[in-house]
Amino acid sequence: MATADQKIDALIKRDYQAGFVTELEADAVPAGLDEGTIRVISAKKNEPAFMLAWRLRAYRHWLTMTTPQWAHVHYPPIDYQDIVYYSAPKSGKDGPTSLDEVDPKLLETYEKLGIPLKEQEMLAGVAVDAVFDSVSVATTFKEKLGELGIVFCSFSEAVREHPALVEQYLGSVVPHTDNFYAALNSAVFSDGSFVYVPKGVRCPMELSTYFRINASNTGQFERTLIIAEEGAYVSYLEGCTAPMRDENQLHAAVVELVALKDAQIKYSTVQNWYPGDEEGRGGIYNFVTKRGACRGANAKISWTQVETGSAITWKYPSVILEADNSVGEFYSVALTNNRQQADTGTKMVHIGSNTRSTIISKGISAGRGQNTYRGLVKILKGAENARNYTQCDSLLMGDQCGAHTFPYIEVKNPTAKVEHEATTSKISEDQLFYLIQRGLSAEDAVSMIVNGFCKAVFKELPMEFAVEAQKLLGISLEGAVG
Amino acid sequence: MSQNSATQQIYLETIAAAGKRAPAGMPAWISELQARAASRFAEVGFPAAQQEEWKYTDVGPIARAGFTPAPKGLNGVDITGLEGFLFEDLSCHRLVFVNGYYAPALSQLGGLPAGVTVSGLADALSERPETLEAYLGRCLPDASHGFTALNSALLADGAFVHLSRGVSLEQPIHILYVTTDEAEAMLMQPRNLIVAEPGSQATLIEHYVANGEAAYWTNTLTEVVAEVSASVTHYRLQEEGPRAFHVGGLHVNLDRDSRFTSHGIDLGGRLVRNDLRSVLDAEGAECHLNGLSVLGGRQHVDNHTHIDHASPRGTSREFYKGILDGRARGVFHGRIVVHPHAQHSDAEQLNHNLLLSRDAEADSKPQLEIYADDVKCSHGATVGQLDADALFYLRSRAMDEAAARDLLTYAFARDVLQRIGLEPVRLQLERRLARGLLHGRDTKELELA
Repeated sequence: MATADQKIDALIKRDYQAGFVTELEADAVPAGLDEGTIRVISAKKNEPAFMLAWRLRAYRHWLTMTTPQWAHVHYPPIDYQDIVYYSAPKSGKDGPTSLDEVDPKLLETYEKLGIPLKEQEMLAGVAVDAVFDSVSVATTFKEKLGELGIVFCSFSEAVREHPALVEQYLGSVVPHTDNFYAALNSAVFSDGSFVYVPKGVRCPMELSTYFRINASNTGQFERTLIIAEEGAYVSYLEGCTAPMRDENQLHAAVVELVALKDAQIKYSTVQNWYPGDEEGRGGIYNFVTKRGACRGANAKISWTQVETGSAITWKYPSVILEADNSVGEFYSVALTNNRQQADTGTKMVHIGSNTRSTIISKGISAGRGQNTYRGLVKILKGAENARNYTQCDSLLMGDQCGAHTFPYIEVKNPTAKVEHEATTSKISEDQLFYLIQRGLSAEDAVSMIVNGFCKAVFKELPMEFAVEAQKLLGISLEGAVG
Repeated sequence: MSQNSATQQIYLETIAAAGKRAPAGMPAWISELQARAASRFAEVGFPAAQQEEWKYTDVGPIARAGFTPAPKGLNGVDITGLEGFLFEDLSCHRLVFVNGYYAPALSQLGGLPAGVTVSGLADALSERPETLEAYLGRCLPDASHGFTALNSALLADGAFVHLSRGVSLEQPIHILYVTTDEAEAMLMQPRNLIVAEPGSQATLIEHYVANGEAAYWTNTLTEVVAEVSASVTHYRLQEEGPRAFHVGGLHVNLDRDSRFTSHGIDLGGRLVRNDLRSVLDAEGAECHLNGLSVLGGRQHVDNHTHIDHASPRGTSREFYKGILDGRARGVFHGRIVVHPHAQHSDAEQLNHNLLLSRDAEADSKPQLEIYADDVKCSHGATVGQLDADALFYLRSRAMDEAAARDLLTYAFARDVLQRIGLEPVRLQLERRLARGLLHGRDTKELELA
């Protein structure tokens, strides 16, 4: 097999393709964090008083917290005074009001990433909220959504235009005391997306955000809040990239989802932050808190994630199933190559009766990657007839990688049914040989096997994303078979 | 925490006092081992609930209570008082410990084949210290927790079994630990060492029982060394008193092509924690762990297992079940680590829990850590209740609901018991479970099956 392996090696040893830097003048506050920094951020964004008070509360709480140590990841301690907490591209005036006013250089960046805003606006029918470093650059399709009463805008705009909604829901799912990184985010978050879907409205198109870290030494702390009123439906996509840099950058986001009675939220992520080079230099630390709450009966929240990037991923999109008959889903593909580390999974907390949750997690480890699934299924006392099914599969490529499974199951109700199963295997020589002798190239053979392994998750992704995810997986598997 | 450190201080003083009382003939290495353990205990103290390994088990009741080591003495136990704890129709060698100390008068060690040594650990320390020096404490991990350290620091007596090369012991060794009523607020600290030289074979039954309802604490520790191609079958039957605390450590080291089988049955105790760590240290080692907890009332049993696949071609099979009634809480944490280069490891782990009551709780944490690629590893965990279809079937056969439930619960437990090779032990456990789970219903047919 040696020759075939070498061929695969050469074929998929590709560089990070989103690793370009855009030269832009940025409006940034100096590195470092104290109450002054937070006041500056708040002032720059013209925030109402309640926001500043909330940020400061979070900051003061953050000071009392220590970095979590339980995750199965290793990295040198982060110097939080060495991070730039606010960096915005200088685009002249207060902010663009339409796409034409957006800095053409920015638009070029997005085109390189494969999301030409204009094209998408016209052809794909996807409304995009693009976040560059810390501020939201442009939001497409606003008018059309506005007719239906749907609010889709940057978080800063939401704070100005819909302060009541923000005040009601901000921190209601992920309180500022939740964990170290969520507290930090609550104190310094600069922008993000806000979605509000009114009662009975089915959002006619996929809403999408693209995050990109551009400036060096910058942390990105975005905050996303999605509210689906009674009977509403929304599907939201999120994509992430960053330029190649030697130092590590911190990304600590918070995503909160609120689904009221009969509402449905579908949240899909394709995360392709810069993973660092082959020796593990540079790359993004992706420490993200994502959580949804099913607040009304029959509500449903579904998380789908494809995690191929980041030096370290620490992320557990969770669902709190508060109301009766609510449903939580988690579909994940996590890939670690070279020296990437991922500790990711979900929490399903069953509180209401007849609540159901499904967890499908596929982990792929290659090179010296360490891939951990960590998940909690908690059935509280009042959750009658709760049901959970969990399946975690790991695929190992290479003899120096690791695949780990740390499920936590806590059941306090005798009517609950909880199942967990996990397997670990590697791509067998036989499978490869079979495909190659059928005339497939070694690369196609590996990619076919990997895609088959991930199929259960990919079919949950919206179409365009599924295609992108498959391509991404192929690119990320550099030097994987050997 | 402050209260914990206060009792920790009391234990440290106890350790210091015990050190002064130590018999003059004790070899120097033993006092060194105890001193190392004492400083480890001083460093780590009792585990706190914030520690990941102790997430579901709060040992506060043990840490706060301040038990004193039990004194030596028979406390009125005679052979008739033991009858209830012996297995019918089981011909075996018997070692009896009363309140943690070897009781030769109650033991029965006649007819041991040549090459087999079975004795109390204290006797072995004075008779053959060089054998013990080579093995004692060697199976323990460097970063042991406070309970392990405390056991080593206060090491006094326990069982010692040594099998010479190629010896096969036909009859099992029944090691019975009886705690008497006088042991209220006392600490029992048996320390056991089992050494199986190449090619040897033996079956041991560690059996913990109480003669009364005292609130005492057993902090036991067993080391098993299985050398090349040796085979050790180990039973741990925990039937401590209803108010008892039990912390048990079982540390196993497996050499090339050796085999270790464990059956851990937890029926008694108020707060129980078992740590089983098995290291597959050379190629081709094999390890089978079976476990069953049947709990009710306010019982809390935490089974931690840790299997280290440290060498290629190791096999491990793990099968744990829990039946939880009343306000009982069953915890299972099964960790399997496949080390780099431990290729062709084959590990399978299953944990099933049955919740019978509204107030019972099951916490399961199966855990795989795999650092090698050519391996076959899987785990599964379930928490649920009796199968509705099976219940309906029995009901349709004119069985009343309660009887149908009891029968299915019994069948759930029997899955583990059926793996037990020693028939007299299996039958006795089945009878005992039938009494508890079938509420005195006629079990004749079940026994015949």
